[in-house]
Amino acid sequence: MTPPPLVVIAGTLAVLLGLATMLTWAERRLLGLWQDRYGPNRVGPGGLFQAVADGIKILFKQDWIPPFADRPVFVLAPAIGMMTVLLAFGVIPVTALWSIAGDLNVGLLFVFATMGLGVYSVVLAGWASNSKYALLGGMRAAAQMISYEVFMGLSTMGVVMTAGSFSLRDIVQAQAGLWFVIPQCLGCAVFLLAGIAETHRLPFDLPEGENELGAGFHTEYSGMKFGMFFLSEYAGIVLVSALVTTLYLGGWQGPVLPPALWFAAKTGALVCLFILLRAALPRPRYDQLMALGWKVLLPLSLLNIVATGAVLLLRAPG
Amino acid sequence: MILNAPFLLFALVAVWATFMVVTRAVAIHALLYLVVALLALACIFDVLGAPFAAILEVIVYAGAIMVLFVFVVMMLNLGRPDRLRENTWITPRTWVGPGILAALLLAALADALAMAPPDGGPVVVIDTRQVGLALYGPYVLMVELASFLLLAGLVSAFRIGRHIRGEDAP
Repeated sequence: MTPPPLVVIAGTLAVLLGLATMLTWAERRLLGLWQDRYGPNRVGPGGLFQAVADGIKILFKQDWIPPFADRPVFVLAPAIGMMTVLLAFGVIPVTALWSIAGDLNVGLLFVFATMGLGVYSVVLAGWASNSKYALLGGMRAAAQMISYEVFMGLSTMGVVMTAGSFSLRDIVQAQAGLWFVIPQCLGCAVFLLAGIAETHRLPFDLPEGENELGAGFHTEYSGMKFGMFFLSEYAGIVLVSALVTTLYLGGWQGPVLPPALWFAAKTGALVCLFILLRAALPRPRYDQLMALGWKVLLPLSLLNIVATGAVLLLRAPG
Repeated sequence: MILNAPFLLFALVAVWATFMVVTRAVAIHALLYLVVALLALACIFDVLGAPFAAILEVIVYAGAIMVLFVFVVMMLNLGRPDRLRENTWITPRTWVGPGILAALLLAALADALAMAPPDGGPVVVIDTRQVGLALYGPYVLMVELASFLLLAGLVSAFRIGRHIRGEDAP
């Protein structure tokens, strides 16, 4: 039985925002574990309430807008970031029945559309701050995110061709026999790399680049506006993990355990992979990042499309 | 009836946003209103039963082309003097030429609307498969011509971005 839409929306929002908040703590604890130190462990059992303490602190900070900033755009930028990430979750099928927009026939494209609009958040933040570090961060973000969106879209085309649909539910159901991560391993790798660049996470966090640009695009932000950028970044990690789960790891499918639990476990493991990458890898130079994209990932994703098409044609009856 | 409530709402947003694009003096603000206008257009496409066209409108225009516009305007570093100069440009005299052209377009639109069936015809949902079949069926020549155009752009980008030996180290 399908749950009522309001329950689905409220449930998804609550889980998502709670998860994004708790990830700020979980990331620091995991980084601490991998770097052989404690991380935040004082507030509550195991430091569990650190996120609450941070939230209270950040809400009581002065909400300062620099006098040289473009006020309306400066306020709009963090809101765009949060909004676009949350919108994308509207089409993610957590289980066969639990999805806000139901079975949208252009579901995957809708996700790409919201991600494309998400670029504005970073770019406008960089421009509206009217500060050179922020502007440099914003320009890096624009070039990086536009480029990696291309490979992100192309890398999923193999999945779309095999499943024969843009609907995320159909894509999950097409993986009943074999998860797409095996025939589409190339596409999966490109998608994961592009996903890291899209969420501008370490090691691809050059728009922030704190050792050279202050804090990049959000240098001038403080208080909860900064918190919005922070939270939308974590929500973005969850989004990309959920997408990889849906497109390549069989979504909610799995034996014995209930579907929602399978989805949560796969997504959670991918989120941990994101954090492990941050702990393990150094940041590349900006030109290295762009060269990797256009000279390696683009040919690989095109090759993936051609190979998938050839295999599908060979297997086609008649 | 094609003039239902969502259609009217999105159309109003589109017209209002387009008006704001023309009258803004700050380039980035104008571009942001243009993004709003494009999003409203995408919603209109969806209401008219073309979800695939709607989503492509958002991905291609709002998500990619407009970001590049914003990128270029960011690099120009326009300041207060430019804003003031922009204000002096928008005088009643500058409206005459575009006004006449827009009136011609409006007349053509009114003529087309007068010829359309009064109920606007039934709304048919056109899915991705139909769009693909149309592109590689009756419109294949157009697709090829568009790819010619893109090839020209690609070649010129390659020429401009070519690394000339001895000129600068990477």
